[in-house]
Amino acid sequence: MQIKIEGLTKKFGTMAALDNLNLELEDISSLAVIGPSGGGKTTLLRILAGLEIPDAGTVIMNGKAIDFSSEQSLMAHRRRIAMVFQAYNLFPHLTAFDNITLPLIKTRGVSHEEAKSRAETLLRQLGLAEHMNHSPTQLSGGQKQRVAIARALSLQPEILLFDEPTSALDPEITAEILDVINALRNEGRNIILVTHEIGFARHACSHVAFVSEGQVATHGESETLYTDSDSDEFRRFISRIIGWKV
Amino acid sequence: MKGSWKKSLPWLHALLAVLLIAAFFGFAGWQLQHRWQWSRLLDYRSKFAFGFSMTVVISFFSLILSLLIGILAAMGKRSEILFLRYFATAYIELIRGTPLLVQTIFFFYFIGTAYRLNNRYIMGILILSVFSGAYVSEIIRSGLESIPSAQLETARSLCFTKQQTYRYIVIPQVSRIVLPPLTGQFASLIKDSSILSLIAVNEFTKNVQEVDSITFTSFENYILLAAGYLVLTLPISLITRHLERKMSYAN
Repeated sequence: MQIKIEGLTKKFGTMAALDNLNLELEDISSLAVIGPSGGGKTTLLRILAGLEIPDAGTVIMNGKAIDFSSEQSLMAHRRRIAMVFQAYNLFPHLTAFDNITLPLIKTRGVSHEEAKSRAETLLRQLGLAEHMNHSPTQLSGGQKQRVAIARALSLQPEILLFDEPTSALDPEITAEILDVINALRNEGRNIILVTHEIGFARHACSHVAFVSEGQVATHGESETLYTDSDSDEFRRFISRIIGWKV
Repeated sequence: MKGSWKKSLPWLHALLAVLLIAAFFGFAGWQLQHRWQWSRLLDYRSKFAFGFSMTVVISFFSLILSLLIGILAAMGKRSEILFLRYFATAYIELIRGTPLLVQTIFFFYFIGTAYRLNNRYIMGILILSVFSGAYVSEIIRSGLESIPSAQLETARSLCFTKQQTYRYIVIPQVSRIVLPPLTGQFASLIKDSSILSLIAVNEFTKNVQEVDSITFTSFENYILLAAGYLVLTLPISLITRHLERKMSYAN
């Protein structure tokens, strides 16, 4: 995928979440966005998801600029992407199965049979075959997140967006979800992932962007960035986190 | 086993509670040396039955109308049009801040006379609905507010339109959330309808009062009146509790 962001600015009151952010990446398969809390990563992802309108700047994804001018044009953009949220955001009154089929049928005009077959295939692939008719309250955190991933995949998006998908999970389940995301990446899907898992960002994503104080402080191929980056801020961030790792 | 008596033999505990209440009222009756004359009420049973069914009918129509008013007021309060929001807020605050007794007299004698609305049954239903609608709207509003904004955002991200979001995401959840408090509100509505006796609506309380003015057996009459309302409200209260339990399991 290709991403070109120019002069992206978003203010909440007087606080600038994004401050003239630029990023240009050609022909990458997966991008991890990492950085300190409050640095602007989530705001960036929400703009890419068409959920937030920037105050200034342009975003081009795969040659197509996001048109922020109206809810309708944003809707057209949202059809190209699918978002997985930190808190899963499943609809609590629907079963796992219906959480997947309802958006397909109502917003994408997919037939009932097609929606059913997509949902069944994906839930089976993600090891949720026996939980199909369970409501979200009957599922564990990891299972909920897998349903959310299945829902995103069922939409067959051009690009998958993950907003800190493991932040609400314990370490073992985190590994399980990261395995799922890694498998998706191996299938060649386009993924943009905001994460606190810097190890995962390094090993499972082809590119890493370090966002801090509303700007991309440094970015590059994950193989080289961790060793070669000349950003002091990035190195401080990494060493602070690694300092506490076993 | 320490404390086990606190929960063992529930029927015995129930009996104890009933006995205590019976003793409380029994003592009062014994103190007054009252000569009970229940049989005198029998002559008026058709009058009681008429009043009772009138209360049921008035409550039923008021329930439907107050639901309608409540939904409109809740929508008004969340409207983007400022005028509608102010209007709904003023309505809700005025109604909730004044006694039903005052509203009944004011609407019937002042508004009713001025706008030539003379039918006391229609006025009775309108007064009750306007009163109850304010409470219903607050129930619906709090139901709507209990849907986390994250769900609306998720719906947006999945490309649901605003109408679809309401139809498939919001309303199915809100209707389940508001059902227990709404049934509770309906029980209040039934009891509150007794105030319509004030404007001579021929409902249960009015009929009992009329019988009382003939028989002078106030204790019997008012006990019957209380029992009549309980017949209607107790089942509703049971349904409410059942719904609340079902809701809490679902969560």
